[in-house]
Amino acid sequence: MRAYLSRRIFSAMAGSMLLVPPLVARADTPKRGGTLKFLVEPEPTSLVPIADTTGANVMISAKVTEGLFNYGLDFSLRPSLATGLQTSVDGKEMTFTLRQGVKWHDGQPFTSADVAFSIETLKKYHPRGKATFANVAEIRTPDDHTVVLVMSLPAPYLINALAGQESPIIPRHIYDGSNPLANPHNNAPIGTGPFVFKDWQRGNFILLERNPDYWDQPKPYLDRIIVRTIPDAAARSVALETGEVDIGGEYLVPLSDMGRLGSLPQLGIETQGYAYSPNVHRIEFNLDNPYFKNLPVRQAVAHAINKDILLRTVWYGFGVVTTGPIHPDVARFYTADVVKYAFEPSTAEKLLDEAGFRRGEDGVRFSVMHDPLPIGLMHMQTGEYIKQALGKVGIKVTLRSQDMAGYIKRVFTDRQFDFTNGAMTNGPDPTLGVQRFYWSKNFRPGVPFSNASHFSNPDVDRLLEAAQSEIDLHKRAEDFYGFQRIVVQELPDITPIAVKLFTIYNKKVKNHTLTADGIHCNLADVYIDS
Amino acid sequence: MALSRTGRVARRLRRTGLQAIPSVLGIVIFNFLLLQLAPGDAADVIAGASGAATAETMAALRAQLGLDHSMLHQLGAYLWNLAHLRLGISAHFNMPVGVLILQRLPNTLLLMITALLLALTFGIAAGAVMATFAGRWADRLLSILALLFYSVPGFWAGLTLIIIFSVRLQWLPSDGFTTVGADLTGIAYARDLLAHLVMPAVSLSLFFLAIYARLTRAAMLEVARQDFVRTAEAKGLSAFTVTVRHILRNALVPVSTVAGLHIGMLMGGSIVTETVFGWPGLGSLAYEAVFARDFNLLLAIVLLSAIVVIIANVLIDLLHTWLDPRVEAI
Repeated sequence: MRAYLSRRIFSAMAGSMLLVPPLVARADTPKRGGTLKFLVEPEPTSLVPIADTTGANVMISAKVTEGLFNYGLDFSLRPSLATGLQTSVDGKEMTFTLRQGVKWHDGQPFTSADVAFSIETLKKYHPRGKATFANVAEIRTPDDHTVVLVMSLPAPYLINALAGQESPIIPRHIYDGSNPLANPHNNAPIGTGPFVFKDWQRGNFILLERNPDYWDQPKPYLDRIIVRTIPDAAARSVALETGEVDIGGEYLVPLSDMGRLGSLPQLGIETQGYAYSPNVHRIEFNLDNPYFKNLPVRQAVAHAINKDILLRTVWYGFGVVTTGPIHPDVARFYTADVVKYAFEPSTAEKLLDEAGFRRGEDGVRFSVMHDPLPIGLMHMQTGEYIKQALGKVGIKVTLRSQDMAGYIKRVFTDRQFDFTNGAMTNGPDPTLGVQRFYWSKNFRPGVPFSNASHFSNPDVDRLLEAAQSEIDLHKRAEDFYGFQRIVVQELPDITPIAVKLFTIYNKKVKNHTLTADGIHCNLADVYIDS
Repeated sequence: MALSRTGRVARRLRRTGLQAIPSVLGIVIFNFLLLQLAPGDAADVIAGASGAATAETMAALRAQLGLDHSMLHQLGAYLWNLAHLRLGISAHFNMPVGVLILQRLPNTLLLMITALLLALTFGIAAGAVMATFAGRWADRLLSILALLFYSVPGFWAGLTLIIIFSVRLQWLPSDGFTTVGADLTGIAYARDLLAHLVMPAVSLSLFFLAIYARLTRAAMLEVARQDFVRTAEAKGLSAFTVTVRHILRNALVPVSTVAGLHIGMLMGGSIVTETVFGWPGLGSLAYEAVFARDFNLLLAIVLLSAIVVIIANVLIDLLHTWLDPRVEAI
């Protein structure tokens, strides 16, 4: 299989794709058997992330429903349901060779028709799928194991979006002719993956069992995976501590518990495995606000905020102080060569004075409301710091909290906000994850996670649009460098922290993080060392 | 006599049933309108949790969930479905509400009934002891305990129990309903379930236990001054018989009345307890439904809770006629 692979995987885009051997287990030989207790929060709402890509859904899905490729820790392409890919020189035709002899969990053969159907479905219903497959003009299936995507324009980002968690390949015979959003198999998935869905008792557990007919024998090593949900944060920490659960990741336990949990001998912390969809923390302004529409005011805010304090107190060191909207882990497109805003409250005061916002008799220049994203504690705590820091330079900040539905409506639909803070996911490619917040054509009130600041800059638009279809990696990187420079100059948002998400695991669990998406991947390689 | 009594019970149940329909209808409509005041809808929540959306996916979600119709149309459709005993599809869980609720209802009832029984048994026993030894050290000690249980918030009691019995002593599991994947049956299953049930039931019961203890104490001291107690003592009955058969029995009427009212509170309290202990019941389901703006699910839970409270009230009425034959409940 390996030889076959290295003959078949190649790319016309010189240097953009490497030949790599399949995943190799570290050190010891894996042991068969055992149960992995996997903790997620909140409980998934569906197990196939077609329309609802809630974090927990995405985290569990790929164990059952795979994608065309996996991605190594260095983002190198690794075969999964696809074994090879050829891209034409103009980037407008992508030919995927599919793995032979793969069967769905119900025994039906997996063919190119399933892939074509999945891409059509994702393009229509997936919240990022429309952008991912926007340029796909035609899907051809010349034979059962070949899929050809004919593009209206090159889509260099598409190749990064084919992991199981982002673009799941679903069985056509199960979904065809039905509304994919209402298909009962979203809750009882039939996939090709290493684990077969067995049972889901809501509010209690999800049971996945080993697929004895998995295409990548002798994997998987585990007998089964039990997915648990524990609604209370303190109880989640306890469950990890007592060994009631073995592994979990992302925003699972309060960061304030990490000192204690990290010191326990049986638990380990892994910060790799989140490069596939890294998070950047941002403080976003409403540019229609009478104060924040002035660039000097935004610059003053940038100078008044000490990013190191945020990193230390709110994020407990789980991150790095960063410079712009693209996460430094996205090394191919990140640049640090942008304007810097040092922590200088005096500069902030000067800028505000010059902009005409002098302190009143009570020492206040003006008052604004701040709405933190209602996920975890970090955003509320960031809000508390912002209130304190801006108070010192004469901007009175009032914090306002609401639940998710209220927040989405306020910020994205009603636009009744002054400024907000929250983490954004970069997605597998900046065109898919970053562009949406800064592209003027994505200023669309009513659409969550669109351009809420109402930022509009023709140069940014031009660079983002160029990067969408630029097949030369270096030119594409230059486009993104230029984009970062302008955004940091114009400050529709401040991006203080590049978040380091992490997996927390019992040390008996091995091989959980071998890919750029870590425990989001299919866990075929995981084994338990008793 | 027996026959006419059964007849009266049946008549009473029929009357309660008829009275329940307008109350339940009112509750449903009121809650439906109340929920409309909450900002945002289920599609916003799904998009918020997904971290991405397009205008097209939002429209598809709203059409799928029936949120693209006017409010009155949605209310009409909901009532129409309800009249046909259809509870609809949960937006958040993407499955029939009826199935979802029936999975959770037994768990919540088990937790509630266990907690109520614990609270009544130990509360009344403690109250009886306190009244019997009023003013002495046993009374003082139990009063302090009752005050403590009354003032400790349920979630704090839960977390403290977890720290003591799960983390330090490692006697009891901290979370869940049964050991997942253990495939136990018979006695082993019951024991496993009991181990999971003890802490949530105790932490849910503490507050109510304190109330019943105080109430029993006060009622018994009140009853003990009545003439019929003096008569009973004068007849030469033993102190124990007088306390249990004459004083306590009469004191139970106010206790059972309050306990009946508490059924609704127990359901509310179970939200916190179920969240802390990961108990898969209706309380945690309701909690998730609020944040998910899953109105079909939430309305169904409200409806079910209303029915449970109505049934509980009927049972309490029947209990009163047994405790105090003078009460003409039927």
